[in-house]
Amino acid sequence: MNRSRLNWSLLIGALLVSIFAVAAVISLFWTPYDVTGMNISARLKVPGDGYFLGTDHFGRDLLSMIMAGAQTSIAVAVIAVGIGMGLGVPLGLAAAGSRGWLDEVIMRGNDLAFAFPALVIAILITAVFGASAVNAIIAIGIFNIPVFARLTRGAALSLWSREFILAARVAGKGAARISVEHILPNIANLLIVQGTIQFSLGILAEAGLSYVGLGAQPPTPSWGRMLADSQTLVGLAPHLALVPGLAIILTVLGLNLLGDGLRDLLDPKLRMVRR
Amino acid sequence: MKRFLTVVSALALSLPVSAWANDTLTIGIQLEPPHLDPTSAAAGAIDDVTYANIFEGLTRFTEDGSVIPSLAESWDISKDGLTYTFKLHDGVKFHDGTTMDAEDVKFSLDRARGEDSTNAQKGLFAGIAEVNVLDPRTVEVKLSETDGNFLFNMAWGDAAIVAPESIENIKIKPVGTGAFKFDKWVQGDRVELVRNEDYWGQPADLRSATFKFISDPTAAFSAMMAGDLDAFSAFPAPENLIQFEADDRFKVVIGSTEGETILSTNNKLPPFDNVKVRKALAHAINRQEIIDGAQFGYGTPIGAHLAPHHAAYVDLTGNSQYDPELAKSLLKEAGVEEGVTVSLKLPPPSYARRGGEIIAAQLRAVGINAEISNLEWAQWLEQVFRGKDYNLTIVSHTEPMDIGIYANPDYYFQYDNADFQALIKELRGTTDPEKRNDLLKQAQTIISEDYVNGYLFQLPRLSVAKKEVEGLWANAPTQAVDLTGVRWAQ
Amino acid sequence: MISYLTKRLASLFASLLVASIVIFTVIEVIPGDPAAYMLGMNARADTIAALRSELGLDGGVLERYLAWVGGMLVGDFGTSYTYRTPVADMIADRLWISLPLALYALCLTIVIAIPTGVFAASRRGQAGDYGIVGATQIGVAIPNFWFAMILILIFAIQLRWFSAGGFPGWEKGFWLSVKALTLPAIALALPQAAILTRVMRSSLIEVLGEDFMRTARAKGLTSWQTILHHGLRNALIPVLTIIGLQFAFLLAGGIIIEQVFALPGLGRLVFQSISQRDLIVVESVVMLLVFAVIMTNFLVDLAYAVVDPRLRVAR
Repeated sequence: MNRSRLNWSLLIGALLVSIFAVAAVISLFWTPYDVTGMNISARLKVPGDGYFLGTDHFGRDLLSMIMAGAQTSIAVAVIAVGIGMGLGVPLGLAAAGSRGWLDEVIMRGNDLAFAFPALVIAILITAVFGASAVNAIIAIGIFNIPVFARLTRGAALSLWSREFILAARVAGKGAARISVEHILPNIANLLIVQGTIQFSLGILAEAGLSYVGLGAQPPTPSWGRMLADSQTLVGLAPHLALVPGLAIILTVLGLNLLGDGLRDLLDPKLRMVRR
Repeated sequence: MKRFLTVVSALALSLPVSAWANDTLTIGIQLEPPHLDPTSAAAGAIDDVTYANIFEGLTRFTEDGSVIPSLAESWDISKDGLTYTFKLHDGVKFHDGTTMDAEDVKFSLDRARGEDSTNAQKGLFAGIAEVNVLDPRTVEVKLSETDGNFLFNMAWGDAAIVAPESIENIKIKPVGTGAFKFDKWVQGDRVELVRNEDYWGQPADLRSATFKFISDPTAAFSAMMAGDLDAFSAFPAPENLIQFEADDRFKVVIGSTEGETILSTNNKLPPFDNVKVRKALAHAINRQEIIDGAQFGYGTPIGAHLAPHHAAYVDLTGNSQYDPELAKSLLKEAGVEEGVTVSLKLPPPSYARRGGEIIAAQLRAVGINAEISNLEWAQWLEQVFRGKDYNLTIVSHTEPMDIGIYANPDYYFQYDNADFQALIKELRGTTDPEKRNDLLKQAQTIISEDYVNGYLFQLPRLSVAKKEVEGLWANAPTQAVDLTGVRWAQ
Repeated sequence: MISYLTKRLASLFASLLVASIVIFTVIEVIPGDPAAYMLGMNARADTIAALRSELGLDGGVLERYLAWVGGMLVGDFGTSYTYRTPVADMIADRLWISLPLALYALCLTIVIAIPTGVFAASRRGQAGDYGIVGATQIGVAIPNFWFAMILILIFAIQLRWFSAGGFPGWEKGFWLSVKALTLPAIALALPQAAILTRVMRSSLIEVLGEDFMRTARAKGLTSWQTILHHGLRNALIPVLTIIGLQFAFLLAGGIIIEQVFALPGLGRLVFQSISQRDLIVVESVVMLLVFAVIMTNFLVDLAYAVVDPRLRVAR
């Protein structure tokens, strides 16, 4: 596979992701219109006509909402990936380092977590604690834990049989220290690549949860809720569904391309294994 | 040959028309009933399917909300107003062939008011002291105190007459006396009814009818557009009505409901325990914007808790004109800090969810920060209605003539006004219509001037039907989709 | 093999036990009283209490847990609070939609993905390959519920070829029902097909790089013959694993799609039951879905163990 295409992946991916990241950052202090400001008399305007991306059923500016929505999506996905890494990586390291019953318990627990239908559990969580961005983060984060635990364990196991680890053991280092000092740096690339993928899945999951009304609550803008709001209006004003949909697709596409590009950049050996 | 061809093509043309025989109707409603027993649950969908179609009571509502005889063909009221003697129709049979008689009436009323009754409107029967069977066609009901509403109460779906023989399976196989018999229920999809050929009254025009449950407004819209449905009662998305109006296959039927849609306010919790702050709230709200934004213009502004089509209605919207500057100065007078945070808890209907977003934006403009949380009905009942853990919520009170709830200090508004309570007590003991209307007018004025709640609009009943469908109720004096008078225009 | 099987079975039962405890506990703490929900705003306290005892909500926690698990073991899932019909019947009814929908979507996924993946692998590095890889990138990025909305907008609202939702019932005609499931199946299948295409492609590319393939080509077999006869068979093993996982995913993952298309399937049953606090139904459906996934994993593991004896000792 030639180098030039790989760079394209990275380039396009980074470009798309940074567009939305920058939009999110800008929205912190400036948006074209007040994000929550309503103007009922100017509702359902098509793109152009004073509003770059048109307005929704309350006359709110879609561009402003997309910008502020990027903030919500990115924040939820980043924190959810953080939870997954923060808990999953130590679990995976512990499982690989200890083998034996701890390994068995952690991996069985993992299988179990994989077995739960994620969306149904998310719905249950929000039924217990109420719908909010924080609970959406928790629901998505929980399902990131086994992903990182399994990945970490697998990669760590293959490292444990390598000579430099044996050398460290001979030098009297304990399993925990070896995991942190030797294993972790060697799987960091892998984790970054997986992190990007989980990030994109997190964006999709947040959109899905908000779409069924379980994510961030109004007036906090969210792409998924914008889609849900547009559902009955799609015949009257198709742009209400197209604009947030494209925002989601482009962001997820950008992250996936970025992940592909990063993987090739960081570890050419991994190029093949990706589904 | 040519003639033959013409005959064939004429036949071919006429075939689909005659196959489309106009004696069946498929009507959409949004929610599926949990079961089909109107006497043991609050779900309005049960009444949608069963009221007047399958089950009947002693009296019944007509489309304009008046109460007329049903299974009882006449009644006598004793001078003291405490004894009602009902004469039942002759020859009324339940769908299983058993006879409907006074014993069934006694059974139904005793069951509804009994110790282990699970009737959602048990309060309707609270005034009954005893029910006596005088003969198979005569039943006597004794009340413990006079009740100007008794005949009205007996018209509710919750007061349907049921039979002891079929009570066990009533939830999945309802057996009533109505013009339609229950045929089949495909859970998650539809209930099918067939005409009761042995009906005691005017038989239905329709041979069969199907209630189809489509909760998603988009699916409902396209099912109508595709012609899969002949009508949709209480169409959930007002924004789609514009498209139906533009399509000459359909008609949009706009009627009234008993639903006062209000911004319910917790009168015990600060800051809204202060009438000044409640008044500020009322002036901060722009009703027209809410009606336009949440209802796409469908709705009548109200200023108190009574339906505008009622004879005792007074227009009190003037007490709460949109005036954000006044609202701001009232808040300042009351010592409420700018940016005070209050909770706004919203149940699922779109009038609440959308209306809530608009109200939150309007309140922000006068310096009140309303924090929205969207709740399911079960959560809403638990937190708001029973727990009273809320500042503001939006809900439509669809029970007819329910201004009496303001006299209950434990009701979730937590409004406690001794004068108002005395007024309602007087109203209960009054039977003279003139006098009653006068008292009702006073009651409306009191709650309007106390700014108990934010009064938004009367919920309209928006239905869609094919042009040829006639006799569908436009109004909803009670939760019902009465199909007994529905027919296809020729 | 026997000891492996015993160990695997023990862990299967342990998983199911833990899952049932987790599900029961979560359901137990969900706020909202089913009886209060059913009786609405005008209900009196004594009426609610009467209904609670009628529904059997009065018993102790352990008692109710054991009754639930014990019932499930003999196929009795209890009685729905709201519908008052056996939960097992309700689930069976809904499975008649969810299962065919999942299978339909899976068939579409396979029919799209395998040929596309093989084609891309055979054209590796050429324009066709780039086009397909790019398309799969986009396919993976599309949220299926959004795709469903767009399908409705185009095919139901504009063209009116399909209805936008609802299900006529199998007894109303096979093709009519298949038609009603078509748009939902496409919406579900597209992202899955994108994933499977990529797996098919990379798996085949990997196999084609191996020694025996070069030998086959050296023997004089033409490129397409090699791919079909030798490569595909070997490349299908990881593909089949993914298909297994996708099926389990599709069964539970249709939940939003069922919502969009108003299909009375399992997913909508869960949604509806949660909002009506018909918790006994929620418990049983979630348990069933978890059971399906755990069983699929178990069978996949078992199949691997049969194919590859080394794995029997590995875990």
